[in-house]
Amino acid sequence: MQFDQSKCSVLKGFVTIKDGCAHVVPAAAVDLYFCSVSPGPCGGRLSTRTMLGRTLREVSAALKQGHITPTELCQKCLSIIKKTKFLNAYITVSEEVALKQAEESEKRYKKGHSLGDLDGIPIAVKDNFSTSGIETTCASNMLRGKGYVPPYNATVVQKLLDQGALLMGKTNLDEFAMGSGSTDGVFGPVKNPWSYSKQYREKRKQKSHCENEDSNWLITGGSSGGSAAAVSAFTCFAALGSDTGGSTRNPAAHCGLVGLKPSYGLVSRHGLIPLVNSMDVPGILTRCVDDAAIVLGVLAGHDPKDSTTIQDPVKPFVLPSLTDVSKLCIGIPKEYLTPELSSEVRSLWSKAANLFESEGAKVIEVSLPHTSYSIVCYHVLCTSEVASNMARFDGLEYGHRCDIDVSTEAMYAATRREGFNDVVRGRILSGNFFLLKENYENYFVKAQKVRRLIANDFVTVFNSGVDVLLTPTTLSEAVPYTEFIKEDNRTRSAQDDIFTQAANMAGLPAVSVPMALSNQGLPIGLQFIGRAFCDQELLTIARWFEKQVQFPVIQLQELMDDCSSVFENEKLASVSLKQ
Amino acid sequence: MAAPMLRLCCPGRRWALACIDGCSRHRRGAPNGCTSSRKRGQSSVAQQPFITAQKPRKGEHEWAAVVGLEIHAQISSKSKLFSGSQVHFAAPPNSLVSFFDASLPGTLPVLNRRCVEAAVMTGLALNCRINKKSLFDRKHYFYADLPAGYQITQQRLPIAVNGSLVYSFCAGKNRSQVINKTARVKQIQLEQDSGKSLHDDLRSQTLIDLNRAGVGLLEVVLEPDMSCGEEAATAVRELQLILQALGTSQANMAEGQLRVDANISVHHPGEPLGVRTEVKNLNSARFLAKAIDYEIQRQINELENGGEILNETRSFDSKLGCTIPMRDKEGKQDYRFMPEPNLPPLLLYDTESLPAGADPQQVIDIDRIREQLPELPSVTREKLVQQYGMLPEHSFTLLNEVGLLEFFQNVMKETRAEPKKVTSWVLNTLLGFLKQQNLAVSESPVTPSALAELLNLLDRKAISSSAAKQNWKRFR
Repeated sequence: MQFDQSKCSVLKGFVTIKDGCAHVVPAAAVDLYFCSVSPGPCGGRLSTRTMLGRTLREVSAALKQGHITPTELCQKCLSIIKKTKFLNAYITVSEEVALKQAEESEKRYKKGHSLGDLDGIPIAVKDNFSTSGIETTCASNMLRGKGYVPPYNATVVQKLLDQGALLMGKTNLDEFAMGSGSTDGVFGPVKNPWSYSKQYREKRKQKSHCENEDSNWLITGGSSGGSAAAVSAFTCFAALGSDTGGSTRNPAAHCGLVGLKPSYGLVSRHGLIPLVNSMDVPGILTRCVDDAAIVLGVLAGHDPKDSTTIQDPVKPFVLPSLTDVSKLCIGIPKEYLTPELSSEVRSLWSKAANLFESEGAKVIEVSLPHTSYSIVCYHVLCTSEVASNMARFDGLEYGHRCDIDVSTEAMYAATRREGFNDVVRGRILSGNFFLLKENYENYFVKAQKVRRLIANDFVTVFNSGVDVLLTPTTLSEAVPYTEFIKEDNRTRSAQDDIFTQAANMAGLPAVSVPMALSNQGLPIGLQFIGRAFCDQELLTIARWFEKQVQFPVIQLQELMDDCSSVFENEKLASVSLKQ
Repeated sequence: MAAPMLRLCCPGRRWALACIDGCSRHRRGAPNGCTSSRKRGQSSVAQQPFITAQKPRKGEHEWAAVVGLEIHAQISSKSKLFSGSQVHFAAPPNSLVSFFDASLPGTLPVLNRRCVEAAVMTGLALNCRINKKSLFDRKHYFYADLPAGYQITQQRLPIAVNGSLVYSFCAGKNRSQVINKTARVKQIQLEQDSGKSLHDDLRSQTLIDLNRAGVGLLEVVLEPDMSCGEEAATAVRELQLILQALGTSQANMAEGQLRVDANISVHHPGEPLGVRTEVKNLNSARFLAKAIDYEIQRQINELENGGEILNETRSFDSKLGCTIPMRDKEGKQDYRFMPEPNLPPLLLYDTESLPAGADPQQVIDIDRIREQLPELPSVTREKLVQQYGMLPEHSFTLLNEVGLLEFFQNVMKETRAEPKKVTSWVLNTLLGFLKQQNLAVSESPVTPSALAELLNLLDRKAISSSAAKQNWKRFR
């Protein structure tokens, strides 16, 4: 690896990977269990026997053609959810709701009145989105204590249901989405399905240190780790995450998924239990870029209940097929080449840039000079908003309430002490400190100014003619849980959000696309960051990239072998796909 | 001594000004109840508190009082400031509460256009500069009737600034001299009302009613340009009339639609202002004047006895007639203001800046609101004086008594009697009677038509004046 940190510019550093990791898996290997990603020249042949491994678009076509019914699909997904319970991906499985929705969907299909691409498609929703009649916990004792059941649906949930999607359940997360591992919620950590993949296991066998396999499972990343695990383990076809500093893209990268953080203001936050209102965006986790585009097409647009959504009408998202990238200009931010970046990710990043360059795109090094202030700035703004947003959890209207009734103040204190974990309480304390009259100017206002500088960095770069930025999503591939918890939540969050959080600061759309497997057989994703509200352009480029890299499908047959029938669908002899 | 002597009539009602004879017996008194604490100027204070406050006996230091006001007026709107719940006084507890009002997690504020228009209209009526860009902030404090743990207000950049409130009162021996005073309006801000806490001391419980939580408020901040309770009460009364004329608030103090906090300090003229106290939640014009005058005198007494004034929040005990420190265990609150991230800046336009092709439903045009401004009370009074040759002080009384102007105008419509005669009958005979009976104008046993008929008979000399006065109550 010829990457001299100190001297070389990013551009010159691009090298091809000489050996080791399985960056491009031959199509034949993919075919074994699950079909490859998007249809088209290389993925159009549907020789697989399974349905669950398919993309949303494929299964949607199968539903329309009657090769499978929504109820069958729903039951298959439910059985996998049960099978993969140990992953801890779901906090609540809404089996009855899903089956009922499937039944209704089936009726619609029978009448030929399907509601659209999502009709009958199993989806999962992160447990910080309000779901009417279904318990919503934020993985916190504060809401779980009394079993908080929202009386309304988040706008994004409602939009999915209006399209006929089947809600399989609510997925696990870090408490109130504060974390980057999905390890810090009251329901315990989420396990990365790749821990049990054939790809990873085989690599480990080669190294064979006879470690206890069970204790060596990997984290999913977070905070939308439950959603990532749910999609990755084939329990659903798409899941909602939330993304405040990278919480959708980070687990997507670790779980080999596409993780989309749309532009701030494109998708309604109404009903999303907030972490940082000015940065939160509902995120989308899917197995391919096309699927993310379909879901975004359903979710995007003005919501009268969220004043920060754009007023302009949003056109339907149809990704044009991109064959020529020669007119594209890809920016490589030099500040993202940090010493902490693993050599493997660095190599893949270089390789991706080379790929674009070799196909005729202009690839240039760009500078985002305020990047290094991002983490500190984010810390101040995030904790301040957290302190404010968490003030409502006082035990009065809903959620946990302690037994102490000496005084209202004592009740507040004990309720919040019992309801929140250390991470949440720590952030509340810091945030309140930054908001004190004596500190406001020195911390909050300064952080806001830095945020503006960070946002302006992107404006400058995009104004210079760059179409998208190409960066790593994470420093490395997923690490074992035992490794991860050696550092505290705050350190981890600061480290892990490094490449992702600037997009939240600037409100830009960003997507993590899985590129290849590491030496250890684990997914590595790269991130594209686009211009504000150019989500479609961003996804178009991401899809082109996805097609080039042919990321391998996770092979979970060992995990599922005793329920192979679940994956079989004899009816699916041929599914024709229209694009 | 310029400060005029004012009279507040008839305890129990809301008339701040009544310039007619016959009710001067209800002379505004000094703070009573806690009078034992007063040591100086006792005798004159009892009669003329405001003068005493500023002009003590010779040889003593002169004291001047400075009074500023924060007035919260509930906006008269169908729904709340940031939610679709209805606004109603006296609805069953917790029957007008949306998910947002109850601060359910994930709910977001959506600004009510009507409330913005009301704020702009009020700002224009108070000669304010309307900010074309204003911002919303969160003000944090924990309280049971504040479900979100913060109130959304406009701390940094309010919707209207730098206005003035002109208020007048009648002074002089015959109360025939109209004196105009001006209180500067520092700002008008839009903010949420809180819910209501009902403390059940017996069971040591607090019951929460969120019907009021999130109702739109206009906070009008008056600079410390007033110097006594009477001035403050008169300014508030004028504001009340303006809000009612605009229809932006019903401004009924008894129903809590208008609530006043007063900032009070005393100092020696020529010296820096003294430490101020804040007297909170004054809910009648009479208590407002009383509380301020009491507080002024208390501060003077405190200072003259070598004490010091604490920057504290006090409340007015209307039974005892004195102000008492509010329980504030935590010391001074730090509200930890921060920008409300869920509301973009509020942008207003005028005819010039209105974007071409803008959806009228999406933009607010200040100039259009200006065109729609109704007649303000000062203009109405002027018209009465000009149209009917009425004495200015009579025009004040007609407007100050709820419903009296309408009564007067209805009588005028149906009678050929001289306006002066009608004025005299309405203000002296009728109003005197109503006050004696403790009745509101709307409860008058005599209708405008009946009075008009009586005056016609009188005009035709069908009955004598004395007979009319004796028997007028029978006309119904």
